[in-house]
Amino acid sequence: MEYVIEMLNIRKEFPGVIANDNITLQLKKGEIHALLGENGAGKSTLMNVLFGLYQPEKGHIRIRGKEVEITNPNIANELGIGMVHQHFMLVEPFTVTQNIILGKEPKTKTGRIDIKRAENEIRELSDRYGLKVDPTAKIRDISVGMQQRVEILKTLYRGAEVLIFDEPTAVLTPQEINELMDIMRSLVKEGKSIILITHKLKEIMQVADRCTIIRRGKGIGTVNVAETNVNELASLMVGREVSFEIDKKPAEPKEAVLEIKDLQVKDARKVDMVKGLDLEVRAGEIVGIAGVDGNGQSELIEAITGLTRVQSGQILLNNEDITNKSPRKITESGVGHIPQDRHKFGLVLDYTVGENMVLQTYYKEPFSKRGILNLKEIYRYAKKMIGDYDVRTPNANTKARSLSGGNQQKAIIGREVDRSPDLLIAAQPTRGLDVGAIEFIHKKLVEERDKGRAVLLISFELDEILDVSDRIAVMFDGKVVADLKPEDTNEQELGLLMAGSESQRAGEGK
Amino acid sequence: MTTNQKRYAILIPIISVLLGIIAGAIIMLLSGYNPIAGYAALFRGAFGDSYAIGETIRRTTPYILSGLAIAFAFRASLFNIGAEGQVIVGWLTAVWVGMSIDAPMIIHLPLALLAAAFAGALWGFIPGLLKAKLGVHEVIVTIMMNYIALFTTNEIIRNVLTDHKTTTESIKGSASMASEWLSSMTYYSRLHYGILLALFIAVVIWFIIERTTLGYEIKAVGFNPHASKYAGMNVSKNIILAMVISGALGGLAGAMEGLGTYGNISVMSGFSNIGFDGIAVALLGANTPLGVVLAALLFGSLKEGANEMPTGAGVPTELVDIIIALIIFFVASSYIIRWALLRYKGRKAK
Amino acid sequence: MIDVLQSIIPTALFFSAPLIFTALGGVFSERSGVVNIGLEGLMVMGAFVAVVFNLTFADVFGSLTPWISIVVAMIVGAIFSIIHAVASVSFRADQVVSGVAINFLALGIGIYLTKQWYGKGQTDMVAQPFFTVKSVPVLSDIPVIGPMFFKGIYTTSYIAILFAIVAWYILYKTPFGLRLRSVGEHPMAADTNGINVYKMRYIAVIISGALGGLGGGVFALTIASNFSQTTIVGQGFISLAAVIFGKWHPLGAMGAALFFGLAQSLSVVSSSIPLLSNVPDVILLIAPYVLTILALAGFIGRAEAPKANGVPYIKGSR
Repeated sequence: MEYVIEMLNIRKEFPGVIANDNITLQLKKGEIHALLGENGAGKSTLMNVLFGLYQPEKGHIRIRGKEVEITNPNIANELGIGMVHQHFMLVEPFTVTQNIILGKEPKTKTGRIDIKRAENEIRELSDRYGLKVDPTAKIRDISVGMQQRVEILKTLYRGAEVLIFDEPTAVLTPQEINELMDIMRSLVKEGKSIILITHKLKEIMQVADRCTIIRRGKGIGTVNVAETNVNELASLMVGREVSFEIDKKPAEPKEAVLEIKDLQVKDARKVDMVKGLDLEVRAGEIVGIAGVDGNGQSELIEAITGLTRVQSGQILLNNEDITNKSPRKITESGVGHIPQDRHKFGLVLDYTVGENMVLQTYYKEPFSKRGILNLKEIYRYAKKMIGDYDVRTPNANTKARSLSGGNQQKAIIGREVDRSPDLLIAAQPTRGLDVGAIEFIHKKLVEERDKGRAVLLISFELDEILDVSDRIAVMFDGKVVADLKPEDTNEQELGLLMAGSESQRAGEGK
Repeated sequence: MTTNQKRYAILIPIISVLLGIIAGAIIMLLSGYNPIAGYAALFRGAFGDSYAIGETIRRTTPYILSGLAIAFAFRASLFNIGAEGQVIVGWLTAVWVGMSIDAPMIIHLPLALLAAAFAGALWGFIPGLLKAKLGVHEVIVTIMMNYIALFTTNEIIRNVLTDHKTTTESIKGSASMASEWLSSMTYYSRLHYGILLALFIAVVIWFIIERTTLGYEIKAVGFNPHASKYAGMNVSKNIILAMVISGALGGLAGAMEGLGTYGNISVMSGFSNIGFDGIAVALLGANTPLGVVLAALLFGSLKEGANEMPTGAGVPTELVDIIIALIIFFVASSYIIRWALLRYKGRKAK
Repeated sequence: MIDVLQSIIPTALFFSAPLIFTALGGVFSERSGVVNIGLEGLMVMGAFVAVVFNLTFADVFGSLTPWISIVVAMIVGAIFSIIHAVASVSFRADQVVSGVAINFLALGIGIYLTKQWYGKGQTDMVAQPFFTVKSVPVLSDIPVIGPMFFKGIYTTSYIAILFAIVAWYILYKTPFGLRLRSVGEHPMAADTNGINVYKMRYIAVIISGALGGLGGGVFALTIASNFSQTTIVGQGFISLAAVIFGKWHPLGAMGAALFFGLAQSLSVVSSSIPLLSNVPDVILLIAPYVLTILALAGFIGRAEAPKANGVPYIKGSR
């Protein structure tokens, strides 16, 4: 059997952590090989080792049977390995061509960049693989899906025979995902080999030939995708049986807590993002907003919480108008908010856990009086919260930065829930967390619902929306385009609705 | 973790100062001077007799305030390079009020101090406003404000406060911080009451930073403006406020010179460097009030002691400027010192 | 009016040349993502070296002395700037702080050595400064424009403008320039493309040191003629202002430097111009600084810095 790449018994340590422990991955020529593992399992580290960004402490790498040492990305490139990064490595003000040739520029005799030649070459490559990329466009002007194709072209331009895709579907619409799968298949047909890093089981079933699983830095094994199923993959990834079902009673919705009428919001660049949205969330129900990133969800949350200005329309909380009130007013009138990006919005990472616990309440008694802080009271409260919400931290004086993602999220949830808000907004509350923390958070959301609170859940993961919500509002192009019960729908239908159902509108470059 | 960080916060400044002093010795050796004689002269110049001690403390006084100015802004993640300009406008305003108003001391002196603080605050307000409302980086704006302060102040001295002269008349006694008591205690040095004010303000600033909701908000905004906005804080207000307070402290540093040491102001061909040295003071003091006071004393001693070096050992006074610059490099490169310490510790553990 | 221009333009070019050189240095450094507040110190170093070299070797090299002096100033400036590169690129120091320290250090060393070598706080006047070109053959005979641009101008002014064009070509037309700019915008992208971010930043900072040293040297040998504590007061910061006012573009920076040079020259010649004789000098002195603030505030077109400017690059962090 011919292997293009063999990573044998790789071990990589960081101060205090063993990121990769005895991992073996063997890639056959012409296959799509999935690398499966939870967030933080060590997938990216392994690929960075292959790409020359890290040096392994132990283990060997063989390319086409020959042992190699990859000390920097240049060597990886020369060996025909290319990476399509999850966070695109593109220089925004540069053109597509400039980005692709960067570091490998064709030159004229006088030493200047031969931009015409480069553009022609890229156009040819793009045509061969059906990528439809405009070489003269600036990166900042093209869509996310297009940017990803530029990343693919970058590797092809460098003569890559092996392409590594790092969580490539995270930022794509369902249509774009299908197109990407087609591109991957056509790459393989042209003789390329692919490593697909992902934690999404369905994608593996859909496109991969084989799958290597790693868990907490350890290699678990490799399976043929045709001989396995989603449940087996899941338990291999997590290390125990996983139930996708969430244990909950049917909802008993009562009066409306949040009412939104004909809401219009612009984003920072003054582009209309929410375009006449209506939504109602009632006490005792979880409403899930399904939608592809960038269809106005962020702006909707920011509008409700007062972080951005509402252009027109009305937001009512318990029949009280909170439109364009300050964030503090809105918080005080009964809104709790678990923000989408916990590092950016949820926590002051350089503050202690204790200081973070009072981020919304520090100015009130008993935490302060006439502008003077009561540190004793703050830390007494923080200690209680750490116990109540199972936040694993050495003590309340520890910097929030040094907590794990799951514990940071628990601290935020504790802080927001403990104020007993009438409306709890949870934006992507489980992103980047491991299965244990995800289960904890889903349980908490249901608990809050059962206490009679209104819960608004925003997620880009359809599974989460379908499992947790009592009602699903599908958001597309700044509006709610459908209002469904989870038991009456399925992923296919939601996917279509999220794409605006008229598929030509969501398509790329058509 | 936390105790480790505290240990580094103390170790790094000390190591930096030691490295700076060693580097100074090497420079003296290379240029043919005797480093021991040089440093002995430096020490004599700073602490040799009660007069020297008085002058050292006098020199320390504005450094405490300009150091606090920069440290306070740093806590909000703002780099107020404009302390220099704030010192200059504070100095000018203090003298202006000091010479042109007649009032009993109990009104006149506080008024002159407040005016200086206000002028400095105004000079901090402009970059603060531009940062808060338009996102303009404060470093460049404050640098530009320094030159505007310098040239405008010179113009006012020449054409408003005097008739084309280079030095103003002296302030009235009722606005002076000169202290016969402190002065006579230190063999008639120019030591004045300002040191007591500076120390008091250091305590106040400590309290604000560590114990008030204002300090909590300013630090939060400095660490993470997005989370602060999310938590309902007014980010713009806090940025502006941090710059205004910082500027006011800079203005007061200028008042120390205008109302304490000199009692007048002269046309300047270059900067006073009180504000720029404040950057070094704040950095070395790890942006804490206590650290700032100690660092100010160190730099005050170095600068004052330097005056004795040419006569005592033939060494040019600028050696001290070189040492200070190197200390700044070392503190700023704390990453590498930390790395070296960890290596050293690691080796010892093995 | 033409008379006025004929007196202003040569003076403006005269004042601008050092600013153009130094601002170009700033463009290189900041385009690569390293903030350079130390331009002032680099000019100080250049001025000091050029003056000392000139005084020491005037007898040896004769009329070639000023040229060799500025080349030496360039070399020393480049070497001196390595301190800034080491601190801000390798040691991850705050680049603003490191720049401030560069300014302190340059002045400290300059005056320290001046005192040691000359026994006083300032040097003597140089024996071999630059002289103006009386008139450029042929071109100076062009009516109107000839006397403005080709009579009584320093050769260094022409070189400054030439350098700006060369800098533009390098930054925008060559692989080296593309790589340098990519490092200042998105270092990690550059790294994954196999570009050595640290090396590029070192090169950029050293270029800025060379150009800053050149700017200081030219200033010393055309305008100041000696070295002291107050030889360079703010010219480095005006150059920095020109970088920003010129939107981090070599030709923009040159334009801004010419404009600021004009403002400075006006404060010198304004008394002879009826329209300007009533304008207080102070207005012209502070004009570059006020205009830069206005430019930054977006009143004169928004100035956008390279994205990764001032951010140390740490390999392997995401």
